[in-house]
Order: sequence, then structure tokens, then C-alpha cells
Amino acid sequence: MPGRSPEALKLAAGNGLLHRRLFMKRGAAALGAGSLGLLTALPSRAAPSWMRAPGRPMTGYGARSSHEDAVQRLTASVPGTDGCGISLTPLQSLEGTITPSSLHFERHHSGVPEIDPDAHRLLVHGLVKRPLFFDMASLSRYPMVSRILFLECSGNSSQAGLEPEPVTDTCGALHGLVSCSEWTGVPLSVVLDEAGVDPAAHWILAEGADAAAMTRSIPLAKAMDDALLALYQNGERLRPENGYPVRLFLPGYEGNMSVKWLRRIKLTARPSMTREETARYTDLLPDGRSLMFTFPMQVKSVITSPSPGLALAGPGLYQISGMAWSGLGRIARVEVSADGGATWAEAALSEPVLSKSMTRFRAAWRWNGAPAVIMSRAIDDSGAVQPTRAAIIAEKGMNFLYHYNGIQAWRVGGDGQVTNVYA
Amino acid sequence: MSMRSLGALLLTVFVGSVAAGEGPGLGIEADPREVAAWDIDIAADGTGLPPGSGTATDGAAVYARHCLACHGAWGSGGLNDALVGGQGTLDGPAPLRTVGSFWPFAATLFDYVRRAMPYLEPRSLSNDEVYALTAYLLFLNGIIAEKQTMDARTLAKVRMPNRDNFIPAYPAAQLERIQPEAPE
Ligand code: HEC
Repeated sequence: MPGRSPEALKLAAGNGLLHRRLFMKRGAAALGAGSLGLLTALPSRAAPSWMRAPGRPMTGYGARSSHEDAVQRLTASVPGTDGCGISLTPLQSLEGTITPSSLHFERHHSGVPEIDPDAHRLLVHGLVKRPLFFDMASLSRYPMVSRILFLECSGNSSQAGLEPEPVTDTCGALHGLVSCSEWTGVPLSVVLDEAGVDPAAHWILAEGADAAAMTRSIPLAKAMDDALLALYQNGERLRPENGYPVRLFLPGYEGNMSVKWLRRIKLTARPSMTREETARYTDLLPDGRSLMFTFPMQVKSVITSPSPGLALAGPGLYQISGMAWSGLGRIARVEVSADGGATWAEAALSEPVLSKSMTRFRAAWRWNGAPAVIMSRAIDDSGAVQPTRAAIIAEKGMNFLYHYNGIQAWRVGGDGQVTNVYA
Repeated sequence: MSMRSLGALLLTVFVGSVAAGEGPGLGIEADPREVAAWDIDIAADGTGLPPGSGTATDGAAVYARHCLACHGAWGSGGLNDALVGGQGTLDGPAPLRTVGSFWPFAATLFDYVRRAMPYLEPRSLSNDEVYALTAYLLFLNGIIAEKQTMDARTLAKVRMPNRDNFIPAYPAAQLERIQPEAPE
């Protein structure tokens, strides 16, 4: 086999997992062109219609190809409402790490408000020397930072692992309450410093300008550390469903705390105990007590391809592709198994690997056509290892709804169909 | 070192570490009356509760008119969440989390209903109506008596059944600041 690095084609773990070097630098070429794809029809000899007439003109704001229209967020809302609910990112249809803004997941408690940015104000008050109002034009003049960060609803993945029997649905339907964007905004600390933080303050209350006036308490330490008043998402002004004209962004913390449509920040001595941090977003344990203030999202990964709905076409060489993230820091390593967790191979991580961001991992797998269970587990630079479903349930029972980060196992059947299994 | 001075030290360190970024100072000093109009939240210890009052009897009428369609008769649930019941179920196989069985603070109920309910017309009820609804839901949950008036003073004193069953996961150094002091 001229040009093929023998090392890259060596088995790295059981049931056909190949060495991750296959996806690094020269390794990719070692596969040989076309070996990951299948030509489904012979190419036509005639020039296609789009080469025989000029294309359409330029546009002021771009749109994707109409051939991609089927790639949509799935939406679901609470009975009797159309704006209290969720929409999920179709993870199975996306690659790389950045979620297109139009496909970023949503969780609203009372719909998306239509806010006139000229009429919107942010009030900072409470335990400060000077209570201050900021308008959006002024905020835009403050020094800004840009960071690529994931955002995850703490309820994400619970349907994938906390049902009595495994539910099979697309990867996005099961895990799509997570997305990743470049967020640009003003460090919250700059604005708090301007108001003058009273030493008695230890928490802030953040309130949104939606019809639910969504509120959460946040430790002042987090507010002063890396919190952003985000104004831009992926280079343009925030989308309305992501908090236009300004949202709080708390890197690594459960999504609900990054309050959208931010209108008010009140510095307080103690947390305010709002409905969203007591009745909701707390984890009920088997003994009837509940964990509260479980802020950071723990290390997690999921294989996005193959996944339910993306059937394998027959035995051969496939790319396993997935995402890993941690609210505690950077992804240190992702391991992949093709034999139900008996043996593991290290996956290749796509650069850049950033803290509290999304990391893309890939592995090469030679599927022999027999039923197999594939899974991934992530390890972050704090040393946290993504736990098994069984370990989580042993610790927290099955009555909790939030912060489920168990290893996801997909079963590939002999027919190539992929289903959710508890392994 | 006391927790308080440890907190002050931590705070100094944090403030110090971000002092690099300085803003252009464009905030506009807010008039206290404007702040008061914006400042709608009620703390767990009842701080912020406005003047006004109501009883469960008044609340039953307000409930029938503004809430029943979505939350069912006697708060038993319907299209939307049950607001009554579930006490004693939290450690069983089918826990029912309601205001009565789960919520740790009564003041939160006033805060939430006033800011977010009724779902289609938030901020439309008077403070008296919200006190009355709060009284009605607490009465239906067996937490207060039917005739008991709820106002800023009495609501702050209501002790919820699930009050002590929350374990804060946030770092221990912050714990002393998490639980509000018991109202006197
Ligand atoms: C049109 C339907 C509708 C009406 C009318 C309505 N609600 Fe609600 N209510 C909802 C929805 C939807 C939610 C859930 C909101 C969410 O999860 O963010 C909710 C949530 C609540 C909750 C929180 C429940 C929990 O366990 O967290 C309370 C308390 C509540 N409503 C009280 C009231 C009261 C009191 C009224 C009457 C003034 C009222 N609601 C009227 C739809 C309604």
C-alpha cells in the first residue's frame, strides 16, 4: 500500500477502531481519496444547468441552500402556550464546533420579546455606590472581548438517559439543548466597577425583559470573573431568541443563568431564591432532598455521527464524529469505544481546543457489518471524567431532571440503523 | 479568619484581577424613584414585599377568574403545572413538585406570580390580588388557615414544608450567605 502509513491503519481498540493518527495531518491522506464516501450515481457527461446560465445576483443578507431546508430546530412548547418551551439544535446535521445562529437552541419561559434597542435600558443597582442606567449605544462603546463558548440548558440529555427505557430519536432531539457561538461583549466586571460594588454584596440578581421577567441569582465572584454582557453572537448583533439587544453570558454555567434580554442587575448580600433556582433548576435526590446552585455544566460528549437517523450504508470504513465540552475547562481527551465500552481508543481533537467551548472529535472505524455499540467519553483538564449512566443513577436516582451527563451509547444494528441503548 | 473577612478578601482579589478593563464611564446615575419602579423582586426573607393584603377567600375568586383555566380547580393542575398537593411524595417513585410540596420560600410565590402570571397578562394584577392568590394557594396546600390575612409581615413569616431540604452545591465558603436569616 504505497503512501499509507501502516501505523495509522493499525487497530487502536476492539471491533475496528483505527488509530486517531488517521485524522491528523498526513494521516488523512493515507486513507486515499473517496474511501470515506460512496458514489451513488454515475456523473453526467452534460454540463449541468447551473453552468449554462449566470447565477442569481448578490443579496443583502445571505441564506443557505434550499437543499438544506430540512435542517431545522425541533420545537416543543408547554400546553396552551407557543412561547414557553424549547427548540433543539439538530446536532446530527452539523459539523465543526460553531452552531449557526439560526440553529442555536432556545429555551424561553414566555416567548421571544420584540425589543426596541433604543428604548431598552440596563439598570445596575442594589449594593452599589451609584445605581446606574445604561443605554445600548453607551454599552457598545465599552471595551469588549470575544470568546467562543458553549451554552447548554441544564435539562439537556435527560431524555436520552433518564427514561426507564431508552428513547430513540435523533441526536439533536436527545442532546440538542447545547450550542456553541462566538460571543462578544463587555466584561460585566467593568460595569459593576463603574457602579462601585459595596463590600456587603456577594450575589447579583439578573432579570430579563421578557414577559416572564426571568430572574436568577449569580455569585458575585462569577460576575467579576468571566461574565459578559454579550451584544454580538457570531459576529452580528444577538438574535432576538438569544437575548437581543443584550444578554448575560456566564461561561460554563447552566444556560438558564445567562439571562437574556437583560434589563436589571441588582447586587445583593444573599441569593434571592427565585422560582428558577428553587422550584426549577434544582436536582431532587432519592432521599427527597434537592441539590441547589449546581451551576457548572459537567464534562460531556456525544457521537453525532453515526447516530439515530443516520444509517450506515454497509460494512466499510466510517468516520465517527462527535462533540465534547465541559463547563469546568478545556477538553483534555476523548475516548471512543466500538465494543460497548470493553476497549477504548483516543479520538483526534480538532484544534482549537478552548476552555468552556465545544471541541470536535473524530475517530476512524472499520465496521464489519455486525451489530456493535459505539460510545464516547470525555475527560477535561480538571481531571473530571464523563460518568456512565449507571454511576449517575446510583448517585442521584432518576427523579432529577438537570445536569445529566452520562456516556451515550448508540447501537448500530446489522442493518446499519442506529438506536439509543443503555449500556 | 471569619467567613465574612474571607469573603472580603476574595472580593478584593477578584476586583483586583479585572481592574485592567476600564470603561468610558457612560452610566447615567439613576434616580431612586426610577430604581424603585424597576425594583420588583422580593427576597426570600420577604424584603421588597409591597403594601397590601388578601385572604384565601378573596383569592378563590381571583383564581377562578385568572388562573383556573390553566392550573385547574383548586390548583390541581390541568393544561399547566399543579400548584397544590404532592407533600410526602418527594422521596417516592413519582414525586409531585408543587408550591406546597417543593417550594422552600413563600415570598417566592408572591414574587413569581406578580412578575409572570397570569401567563397571558403578566403584571396585570394588583398587589392585593397577588396577596389574595398567595393566601389561597398556601391555604389549599394546608400551610395557612383559610381566614389568615397575607401581607408583607405575615407572608415573610410563613414557613414552607420543604424549607430545609435543599443542599446548596455552591462552594462551602459561600454557604453562610445562602440561607436567609429566619424572619423574627
Ligand atoms: C394561559 C395559561 C396560564 C394561566 C391563565 C396562568 N398560568 Fe400559571 N403557568 C402557566 C405556565 C405555562 C407556567 C409554566 C411557566 C414556565 O415553566 O416557565 C405556569 C407556571 C405557574 C407557576 C409555577 C409553577 C411551578 O411549580 O413552578 C405558578 C405558581 C403559577 N403559574 C401561578 C399562576 C397563577 C396564580 C395564575 C393566576 C393569576 C396563573 N398561574 C395563571 C400558565 C398559566
